[in-house]
Amino acid sequence: MGRKGLDYEDLNENVKKVQYAVRGELYLRASELQKEGKRIIFTNVGNPHALGQKPLTFPRQVVALCQAPFLLDDPNVGLIFPADAIARAKHYLAMAPGGLGAYSDSRGIPGVRKEVAEFIQRRDGYPSDPELIYLTDGASKGVMQMLNAIIRNGRDGILVPVPQYPLYSAAISLFGGSLVPYYLDEEANWGLDLVNTRQSVAAARSNGITIRAMVIINPGNPTGQCLSEANLKEILNFCYQENLVLLADEVYQQNVYQDERPFISSRKVLFDMGGPISREVQLVSFHTVSKGYWGECGQRGGYFEMTNIPPKTVDEIYKVASIALSPNVPGQIFMGLMMSPPKPGDISYPKFATESKSILDSLRRRAQIMTDGFNSCRNVVCNFTEGAMYSFPQIRLPQRAMDTARSAGKEPDVFYCLKLLEATGISTVPGSGFGQKEGVFHLRTTILPAEEDMPAIMSSFKKFNDSFMEQYQDYSKL
Amino acid sequence: MAATVAVENLNPKVLKCEYAVRGEIVIHAQRLQQQLQTQPGSLPFDEILYCNIGNPQSLGQQPVTFFREVLALCDHPYLLQRDEIKSLFSADSISRAKQILASIPGKATGAYSHSQGIKGLRDTIAAGITSRDGFPANADDIFLTDGASPGVHLMMQLLIRNEKDGILVPIPQYPLYSASIALHGGALVPYYLNESTGWGLEISDVKKQLEDARSKGIDVRALVVINPGNPTGQVLAEENQYDIVKFCKNEGLVLLADEVYQENIYVDNKKFHSFKKIVRSLGYGEEDLPLVSYQSVSKGYYGECGKRGGYMEITGFSAPVREQIYKIASVNLCSNISGQILASLIMNPPKAGDESYASYKAEKDGIIASLTRRAKSLEDAFNKLDGITCNEAEGAMYLFPQLSLPQKAIQAAKAANKAPDAFYALRLLESTGIVVVPGSGFGQVPGTWHFRCTILPQEEKIPAIISRFKVFHEAFMAEYHD
Repeated sequence: MGRKGLDYEDLNENVKKVQYAVRGELYLRASELQKEGKRIIFTNVGNPHALGQKPLTFPRQVVALCQAPFLLDDPNVGLIFPADAIARAKHYLAMAPGGLGAYSDSRGIPGVRKEVAEFIQRRDGYPSDPELIYLTDGASKGVMQMLNAIIRNGRDGILVPVPQYPLYSAAISLFGGSLVPYYLDEEANWGLDLVNTRQSVAAARSNGITIRAMVIINPGNPTGQCLSEANLKEILNFCYQENLVLLADEVYQQNVYQDERPFISSRKVLFDMGGPISREVQLVSFHTVSKGYWGECGQRGGYFEMTNIPPKTVDEIYKVASIALSPNVPGQIFMGLMMSPPKPGDISYPKFATESKSILDSLRRRAQIMTDGFNSCRNVVCNFTEGAMYSFPQIRLPQRAMDTARSAGKEPDVFYCLKLLEATGISTVPGSGFGQKEGVFHLRTTILPAEEDMPAIMSSFKKFNDSFMEQYQDYSKL
Repeated sequence: MAATVAVENLNPKVLKCEYAVRGEIVIHAQRLQQQLQTQPGSLPFDEILYCNIGNPQSLGQQPVTFFREVLALCDHPYLLQRDEIKSLFSADSISRAKQILASIPGKATGAYSHSQGIKGLRDTIAAGITSRDGFPANADDIFLTDGASPGVHLMMQLLIRNEKDGILVPIPQYPLYSASIALHGGALVPYYLNESTGWGLEISDVKKQLEDARSKGIDVRALVVINPGNPTGQVLAEENQYDIVKFCKNEGLVLLADEVYQENIYVDNKKFHSFKKIVRSLGYGEEDLPLVSYQSVSKGYYGECGKRGGYMEITGFSAPVREQIYKIASVNLCSNISGQILASLIMNPPKAGDESYASYKAEKDGIIASLTRRAKSLEDAFNKLDGITCNEAEGAMYLFPQLSLPQKAIQAAKAANKAPDAFYALRLLESTGIVVVPGSGFGQVPGTWHFRCTILPQEEKIPAIISRFKVFHEAFMAEYHD
């Protein structure tokens, strides 16, 4: 009576459809090789501390004190913790009755949410309401909550940039919605192409899809492009005309490596536009402690801020958040600290500023080193990494390489990346994991390996690439 | 211009789900709490007493020192280079922190880990499970999650294909299960625990519900068991557990064993036996029964709710299914590292001979003894009142007394458009500041009324709570007597 156990066939189809290449085939193969003793350079995920970036000192001091409040009672605590870290730990413990071990408000500690609101106000020049800011265990959980609230069925479409960070495609699959792609223009440095976007929307609608939301990732992942103010205005006008909620993934807002287009938040542009649009366009903005120069991925600290979302909808979002009880409290404290870091005059400021500047300056240099390094390789063309943490070079594979790949049952970029991994230990993610135009191949790597390791990594890549291209070059065409 | 994201066009599953533990009564309590701050003296009580949620440290329970020592050192590993720490931290917490950091690639506690959690920590947890059960556990079967709840959601996502997929859930239940089933679009198939036998589980009853559901076209996929129970507190008898396991095997059900209260046992005549142990004792292996066992750092004597640490141990699943579980876990990358470390600590606490053992044991025993006393005090107090009967809390953190409400009270509730137990709970809140959760939030036999009250307020507050409750209850019953 009944089936034996739980068979693969009996699983939720939506689960089976989900793909997440960032920890997919390439990563699993890299892990296998690592177990066999091969030295692997993991550049598959934006995980700075895994590649040697050190945590900032001040936040770790504060959280350690919050973790073990008995330290604050010890007369010798001042010998190993600076006074401002001690004061800040007391500040957070006062905000969190019960300390780190108690569930907080399901939206996050009110005092931390206030710090987030104050940060947003300083950044944008417009007030922000802490009641509309929800802290989450990483930004991803917030993205999933919002998409789950929006997607009713397979006819609900979400506009997603291509290439995109595959959390979006995975979440849409999981919740049974429809991904409506809008292609970024590689020839224009991965710029936004609203003409193409409108075409996508029209095509989807003619197939019976109701477009509900538009995702933007600014700065972009994997592409790194930073949207201009004009771009953001276009997007907001578009969302207004088409009745879409804008989901603005701004987790890389502190990672900007050029000066022409500094980061501007979608919310600021929206309010700058004024008028009915500023009161009606619905916007959800996401941020995290995992990126920037903090890189505290393992803490799982994030937030989303809701703008122009109706109160009853907010109530439903609250209800779903309450089922998870609360985000992790240490992660919330990291967020508070990121929102209100040491200021000039604070004891810890000089060290904090030095650590931060050193990381950001190095990221900027590495963005350039990597872009130039890829561009020096045969059949590789790479847009400059304007922001975020990745490089997304285009690999122009010769026909023979593509044929060989396909007869091995692999997508050409997967084949290339596996060969790269086996030859050099560099673990990347094939462009197909992010989406790309048909027949155009890429890979994503990060700019995170230590600066001193970069030259060796780029030369190892070049050696592999150029010999791969040589091997598969179709000489009959020359 | 119509708002795109309005209640009318939200995912209906989101609209349908409910979670009373932080629902209406609690929201009202928070408003009253603000009122106490802005207008002191405006209410018949001085403070709100939150007895709605299993959140021990919010009510004064202290964390276990050893665990916090290790976590602080892992959060700020630079401390390990300073001689001064020898006077601030126990020697074994220092060596444990070093050992844990050595198991983390690059000692980087700020990096995303393996999506199942750090291997070395899973090894520790597997060893802890093995030592607890006497049967081996495998690190590859363990998935560390942000609290146990995400693991429950993951399994519901995996199992529920459509509204005809059913999950057997005990009534009363912790409403994560009903909420999660609603969110994922499945059917909750209730099986009623028997209040008159201390909330006992009758397999014949479960079987009846299963067959009933099947006759209605429901494909029943899994059985949820909460042991020790929430809100009911019963600890399953071993024989009962054998019956449950055999039942699941015969009916082809996945067994979802919520065991987060495994270290909250207050009676001498019952012990916790993990379902994994029961399954293996029956000689069942990987081919025989899919089992998911949940554990959390939020409960027990550690009560570290805010850390969001927990794990699920998955056994009896085929490789293709395990790959899907891994894949879904990987989309979120990993759970928070500090929570992972804590999960490994609770499964491998200080042992006899360790420097911290004596103080650790004193803290642990003190907390459990206090919980035991509070459970008993509150249970006795409820039972002394006319119109309330209360089963013993053998484990967990709650009491779930039954209210015999007079007809007039039930009518008054109806007139106020509230469930009778919600009506009672609201009146209790407004008169005394005590926050409980109405039984309707957990499910109950229709026509019976309950509320869930935690045993967590500080021991010195318990007499005042009892006396305030008594005054309210007797007045309420007098007001509505037939």
